[in-house]
Amino acid sequence: MTGAGRATGAGRAAHAPPAAPAGRRAAASRASGRIVLAALLLALAVMIAVFPLVFTNGAVTQIAVDTMIFVAAACAWNIFSGYSGYLSLGHAIFFGSGVYAVAIAARDFKLTGDAVFSLMPLAAAVAAVIAIPVGLVALRVRRHTFVVITIAIFFIFQLMAFNFSFTGGTSGIVAPILNWTAATYNDPFYYLALGIAAGTIALSWLIRRSRFGLQLRAIRDDEDRARGLGVRAMPVKLTAFALSGCITGLLGGVWFYFIGIAQPQAAFDPLFDLSLALMSFFGGLGTIFGPALGALILEPAQQWLTIRFTNDYLSEILLGALFLAVILFLPRGILPTAAQRIASRRARSGDRARGSQAPAVARPKGTGP
Amino acid sequence: MVREILENTVDGILSGGVYALMAVGLTLIFGVLDIINVAQGILVITGAYLSYALSVHLHIGLFLGLLITIPAMFLLGMVIHLAFIRPLGGPERTSMSLLACFAVAIIIEGALYWIFGPNFVVLKASNASIRISGFYLTDIYLYAFALAVALVAAIYLLLYRTKFGRSVRATMQDQTAARLIGINVNRVATLTFGIGVAVTAAGGMAYGATSGGFNPNSGYDLISRLLAIVILGGLGSIGGALAAAVLMITIESVVDIWYPNWAIVVFYAALVLVLTFRPAGLFGRAAVRAQ
Repeated sequence: MTGAGRATGAGRAAHAPPAAPAGRRAAASRASGRIVLAALLLALAVMIAVFPLVFTNGAVTQIAVDTMIFVAAACAWNIFSGYSGYLSLGHAIFFGSGVYAVAIAARDFKLTGDAVFSLMPLAAAVAAVIAIPVGLVALRVRRHTFVVITIAIFFIFQLMAFNFSFTGGTSGIVAPILNWTAATYNDPFYYLALGIAAGTIALSWLIRRSRFGLQLRAIRDDEDRARGLGVRAMPVKLTAFALSGCITGLLGGVWFYFIGIAQPQAAFDPLFDLSLALMSFFGGLGTIFGPALGALILEPAQQWLTIRFTNDYLSEILLGALFLAVILFLPRGILPTAAQRIASRRARSGDRARGSQAPAVARPKGTGP
Repeated sequence: MVREILENTVDGILSGGVYALMAVGLTLIFGVLDIINVAQGILVITGAYLSYALSVHLHIGLFLGLLITIPAMFLLGMVIHLAFIRPLGGPERTSMSLLACFAVAIIIEGALYWIFGPNFVVLKASNASIRISGFYLTDIYLYAFALAVALVAAIYLLLYRTKFGRSVRATMQDQTAARLIGINVNRVATLTFGIGVAVTAAGGMAYGATSGGFNPNSGYDLISRLLAIVILGGLGSIGGALAAAVLMITIESVVDIWYPNWAIVVFYAALVLVLTFRPAGLFGRAAVRAQ
């Protein structure tokens, strides 16, 4: 995944030399491709925006809300792990902390009705505050050790949720009741999660274009060299970690009211981390839309498996098999694979147009739209 | 009080030996393949269930049953490697293999729940105990410890006294160089994965007989401890894993006297503390930090 943009640029420059007619044709096809892509994206956006108004079935909108939460969470995960290359399997720390921050505050302040949503910033703040010490410890080590440290800290948090008295232990904390109409109960959650998802994607786009994003990707490619070039690695990594954790915590707060109860094994769920990682890998690690795409495909599939096979264990087995299939058959992710296909086809047609015998090798790695 | 501490220390050392055996498998796999087998925890539970099935349905004794379960787990390990780990390639190979192991763990967990249900089971061993200067030690703890020591010694001999062991160590040091001098690195990797998983058969039997009981969910508890142990010992260091296992399980066992619910936190807290000051682990080389 080295220097995504740069590699593409170089590939294009090398394979589309200023041979005028071919170049113009390639540019034209690229422009029409862009229009088609934009139209598709627009259609997708409209579909997502009106989804709960068209499909009003409660079971369907429930899956839609879950999916939107995962879209946002996967994009947030990607801001840290995708850009920096540090694979975090501990984001459930922030999710669960967000869940419990809101749950405990709502219980102790005796909030009821819609007023509970004023607690959302608290979820984000608590997660960000937790992310800093966790990051200071975990980000000192790299690669496997980092992954394992995040898993270990995750288990500490799960254990705390089980054992402290203020978390309600195994029985958990029940959310305040929302007096909403049953028919449209899920809609506000859907649009809340959708808003967070859109915000996260926008943030992800901004970061990717920024100096900060460049520093993160420099760390991913070669941390020691990045430091040599003057990137202050620790503050950069820590900022991304806290930012990513903050959004994940916010989502935890939303999820708490949606599910209606905070329980240790659900709020701090190891499968949550695995899902985020796989969604990002599936869609395209380190790309802007990849994780969202991965979540849009995998989360409904996962929910469908759970509903379709009433046997919990069978659905768990199938879920694992689904994950394995993703890892084995689409290891580089949908978007990078698609981008590579398109680029190599373009290079080939360009070569044909020039009548050159140059082999069509264009392998842009990790190219994202 | 002193007596209690002493008793729990001995207990800790004995069960630490069992954890050491499982951790050696994990660290061996890491050393050769550069992947963390996060399925190790659930594989230990699988080993325990195999022993359980053999002893309950076929009335084969726990130790005799190992003659069946160890080869079975060895085969399972090789199959996992051949089918799911070896095909992975590309720049994200290490991350992908970790996730693949995680996915395998989920599948195995689901399968175990399906076959054996969520109820806790215990491997029934004799309750006989021996008395040493006022302390009672349950026999099975001693046997399990002896088994663990014997198997770790066997792995040590395999690694340091055989031709295969030499090729394993060569692969651990430098895969490219090992390939260049004619070692079939792929074969070594598959066999090592098999061996690393095979020890879970014995580890699982010992765990099932000495712990209060287990169900498929116990895999998470186990893997989190095992990961902490191998990281503390320094990834890829076998001696480090042994020392860290005994040290950490003993500390946990002693803290358990006062705070039974929090003993495990001490374990992770120690991990976090050690890594803050020595990122390569207690016995690891600095190379762990390199990217």
